[in-house]
Amino acid sequence: MQLTVNGETIDATGSPPSQTLLRFLRTRAGLCGTKEGCASGDCGACTVLIARPGEAPRSVNSCITLLGSVAGEAVVTVEGLAGSEGPGRHPVQAAMVDCHGSQCGFCTPGFVMSLAGLYAGGGRGDEAIREAIAGNLCRCTGYRPILEAGRRMYDYAPAPVVPESGAPAADANHGEALPAGYYRPRKEAALQALLREHPGAWLVAGGTDAVLEITQQYAAPDPVVDITAVAELCAVEDRGDALRIGAAVPYSALEDCFAGLSPPLVAMLERLGSRQIRNRGTLGGNLANGSPIADMPPVLLAWDARVEIAGADGRRREVPVESFHRAYRDTVLEAGEYVAAVQIPRGSLSRPHRIFKLSKRFEDDISTVLLALSLELSGDRVGEVRVAYGGMAATPLRATIVEGVLTAATLDDRTIERACSAVAETFTPIDDVRASAAYRRAMAAALLRRALRELRDGIDLGIDAVEPLHA
Amino acid sequence: MRKLAPQAPQEPVGKGSADPVGKGLPQDSAWRHVAGTAVYVDDMPTYPNQLHVATGRATVARGRLTRLDLSRVRVAPGVVDVISAADIPGNGDIAPVFAGDPLLADGEVLYLGQPVFAVAATSFEAAQQAVALADIDCEPLEAIVDLSTAVEREYYVLPPHEFCLREPEAALLAAPLTLDGELRMAGQEHFYLEGQVATAEPTEEGGVHVYSSSQHPSEVQKLVAGVLGLPIHAVQAEVRRMGGGFGGKESQAAMPACLAALFAVRTRRPVRHRLPRRDDMVQTGKRHPFWNRYRAGFDDRGRLKGVSMVLAGDCGCSADLSQGIVDRAMFHADNAYNFQAARIRGLYCRTDKVSNTAFRGFGGPQGLITAEAMLDDIARRVGRDPLDVRLDNLYAEGDVTPYGQPIEESVLPDLMRQLADSCAYRARREAVARFNASQDEVRRGLALTPVKFGISFTAKHLNQAGALVHIYTDGSIHLNHGGTEMGQGLHTKVAQVVARALGVRYERVLVSATRTDKVPNTSPTAASSGADMNGMAALDACNRIKRGLVAFAAEHFGCDAGEVEFADDRVHAGGESLPFEDFIKQAYLARVSLSANGFYRTPAIDFDREAAWGRPFYYFAGGAACSQVRVSALTGEYRLERVDILHDVGDSLNPAIDLGQIEGGFVQGLGWLTTEELAWDDRGRLLSDSPANYKIPTAFDLPAELEVRLFDRANHAETIYRSKAVGEPPLMLAVSTWCALRDACASFCDYRFNPRLDPPATPERVYWAIEEARAGRPA
Repeated sequence: MQLTVNGETIDATGSPPSQTLLRFLRTRAGLCGTKEGCASGDCGACTVLIARPGEAPRSVNSCITLLGSVAGEAVVTVEGLAGSEGPGRHPVQAAMVDCHGSQCGFCTPGFVMSLAGLYAGGGRGDEAIREAIAGNLCRCTGYRPILEAGRRMYDYAPAPVVPESGAPAADANHGEALPAGYYRPRKEAALQALLREHPGAWLVAGGTDAVLEITQQYAAPDPVVDITAVAELCAVEDRGDALRIGAAVPYSALEDCFAGLSPPLVAMLERLGSRQIRNRGTLGGNLANGSPIADMPPVLLAWDARVEIAGADGRRREVPVESFHRAYRDTVLEAGEYVAAVQIPRGSLSRPHRIFKLSKRFEDDISTVLLALSLELSGDRVGEVRVAYGGMAATPLRATIVEGVLTAATLDDRTIERACSAVAETFTPIDDVRASAAYRRAMAAALLRRALRELRDGIDLGIDAVEPLHA
Repeated sequence: MRKLAPQAPQEPVGKGSADPVGKGLPQDSAWRHVAGTAVYVDDMPTYPNQLHVATGRATVARGRLTRLDLSRVRVAPGVVDVISAADIPGNGDIAPVFAGDPLLADGEVLYLGQPVFAVAATSFEAAQQAVALADIDCEPLEAIVDLSTAVEREYYVLPPHEFCLREPEAALLAAPLTLDGELRMAGQEHFYLEGQVATAEPTEEGGVHVYSSSQHPSEVQKLVAGVLGLPIHAVQAEVRRMGGGFGGKESQAAMPACLAALFAVRTRRPVRHRLPRRDDMVQTGKRHPFWNRYRAGFDDRGRLKGVSMVLAGDCGCSADLSQGIVDRAMFHADNAYNFQAARIRGLYCRTDKVSNTAFRGFGGPQGLITAEAMLDDIARRVGRDPLDVRLDNLYAEGDVTPYGQPIEESVLPDLMRQLADSCAYRARREAVARFNASQDEVRRGLALTPVKFGISFTAKHLNQAGALVHIYTDGSIHLNHGGTEMGQGLHTKVAQVVARALGVRYERVLVSATRTDKVPNTSPTAASSGADMNGMAALDACNRIKRGLVAFAAEHFGCDAGEVEFADDRVHAGGESLPFEDFIKQAYLARVSLSANGFYRTPAIDFDREAAWGRPFYYFAGGAACSQVRVSALTGEYRLERVDILHDVGDSLNPAIDLGQIEGGFVQGLGWLTTEELAWDDRGRLLSDSPANYKIPTAFDLPAELEVRLFDRANHAETIYRSKAVGEPPLMLAVSTWCALRDACASFCDYRFNPRLDPPATPERVYWAIEEARAGRPA
């Protein structure tokens, strides 16, 4: 097993492939510039870049990226950046110094790498900068000087982010040379063979949730089957009547995929985790972990999506997404089965829709309540309608009673209020660390009211739709 | 958008511009931060025989340990040593002031998650995996985990305390109007990005060298010696830097340092204890929650006649630093306002949870926000703009605080008026009123609030500092002082002081790690006092060296001592002028001492806690902020549209660093008052134990428009080059945002009253506040 770090090939033989990339960098590679702040992908202090030939480098949280999953890849750490004045003097680094962007300095390498990722792709403007650093926490500066650095980093003599020798020589080594106990198959057939051979294998994709078992509970899974390189699972296919999205497609690819199709989804994705999380986390993982507060399932419910499930024996079946979740963190996946893909019918996708996410903090926070609603209107008459929520029950759930109220009704204020009242009959949410049950109930109705009024009247009732104050 | 731009890339300080004081120099470690070469404790190389520590936790909030079977732990892979309280050779209590903070639970369990035993193993993971194998039984006892119950049952860690000014009860009776109010505010997790960590290496003398991420290396040294039963000189503590502190590494750094040291001495191996984030959040203290109640008497213009307040601090399971913290809440319950007559009562409540501790502001913010809430409530009652009520009640020179300190310098009336003008407060107040009258879904709020913060440790003996300055024969200068670097730029500021004092280029001065064997018996780097005290001590050290150098120069060059001048990186004596390094070489050859230690103790402070009267503070620092927000009635979501800050730092030692403290402090305060919500269950278990469910601000949360300016006026007190302390006060500028949110909520009842909005004002709480306002009467 080997990988390229800052342009140099490192033989990682002897390092456990199921340890995190962060641990490998800080111990075996002796590169301590990359920090551990949380070991859960929430703070960004461990941010590094993964570079592939011909692609813009992607920022990832090295604290929840397994070493085996980046075997053969090229990694750039803060130590790998250089500018015209030498190592550690990259334009991003110079801008951070000149803008007083560091105080205690502990989060700084993470910010530098997130900004370097932006710099490598040529991203500019405050929104792009904020988006790039939304997954990086700083407790000292208040961020203003870091945003300033993001604006000014282009004012210096340009320098590459990925060292000249940074791209792996051959095509990335996807598993052939991995040590026993860690498998990274490249074909679905190989994946299925592995699942037959190792029925108890620990299946992992981007690992943005699963790897927390290792970093928080100190689990030592064996063997690990990493599906991020399975070609069929990484494909997005437009089948005309439906979009077929492979289970291992990361959120960042979904952002591109839905750019023209669903602005509401793209806006929501920008608040799903962070850039680092979206570069690793996958659609399939968001379904398969069975979480009631996952952000994609309500959207898939609103679009009548179907989940393609495959088994170790090669058998495939399809279930509507609404029957995929059985109970709290429990799905219909049987032993040896995995999510292969999700199909979204074009017809459903073309219905007008709204996706609203509420969270305590705007960026990089788990939803308190998420509403996804799609609705066909002919005149003021409601046709097909789907209303789905996250955070309101033990599973992501369609509000069928509400749909019943709306279907074939005239979308007047009375109908809207009846629909909002019907929300209360559908859900008995819980109090937890994110919100009270009462607030969740009120919000389920409030978001529904907003969505229905917006679709009916063609308006934006959001907090960001108001005019600036004219003094 | 901002007027005070960050300084351009720094030109080397050469002849003619040699004085670095007042320049926005980057932090001395800035290039190392961005390059990843700045070394934190966990970045230090490990030895082949390195051990790592993990702790096992108590499973009840209060109780007795009835069973502690560690046999499976001892035989777990990689485990080298296991200890519990009985294995501590010295004093197992690591409390900083009063007794009551056992390193490991000794029979009695004080909170859920308390370390009960510790393991040293060959890897971090092995240690963590081993602790899970323990068999621990705790017999639960009745636990009090909420502050109201503690207040009701008088469950205290220390007896109540009181300030009294004039005759408050009579004043309240005589006042034309009175109002009662209360505010419950949550604590705050420090969330320093670098968690608590220490490494200990045994020394040949049988002692230990501890590398700690600590704001208080002398305390680490003392407690490690105590735990080991060794004299203090057998232990050295060293702090190169912290990855953030904010008060959380004042007393709380002791636990990992003491455990690492214990294992180091027992095993004769280097030992590291780094707390994983979850352990750090569960096992170390936070900002104190408070439940504060007030009664105010005032006239029909809102002018105060008398105030009575009860401030109940939630200290957690032990006193720790809580006396000073609740005291400081009491010292700031007046904020900037003349209460005329006052009774301020402080309660030091115990709850069976992790002991709460220092956090930037040290209780001050919890007192101050109560005054601001009260002034807002009074303004609603008398129907005036809250800013006018505030201005009418500000202290003037000659007034006296509820604890007897006379107001010698009153900058806030000027400062607030300047800010109100520059940020167009009046015009925007009218525009906000027009906007709010125009529609119902989204409303705006505006508030301008001051901060007055007392500078000095209220424990008088801590107001002392030391420094050590060496000049080497090539003219390079090495500086150590008692303060620690946690990101606040202290080393840079003190180096600037030394460079000015010796008239040399800033680049000549190198600051290295803070060590207890360089400068002994230091105070914590806390109370915003770092630059004030260590700057003065370093200046004293420079002056001591200079005395010898001046005498030498006068003799050598045959001039009067008064004709010797250190400036522009040169030494001028009589008609001669030579480069600093040449002069130093000559002084060395002439056997003149080139090294000195310096000392400083803050003058003028004199406070009698028993009498609750006197002068606890050398001076006051502060500023004011104006926040403009908008809120959604639909969801309670809000946006911070604009913040204008005018902050008094006296003559700034380094405006770039001061700006960083102001902005960073503001956003940290913003987090406390908006999205940072600590949640506990009724058994005393911390639910918000990770950054996944405890949300500090991100870049999105800072104001869309932010303008920060420094108030340009020298400190009236004789501080280091007339600068003012800046560490803590800016945190409280964020109170303006909380007041603005409440102002926006109050618009839904036409400002007849302020709905309840206990901090943190999460979207949910804002939603309920709006609902209360819409219902038209206080809930």
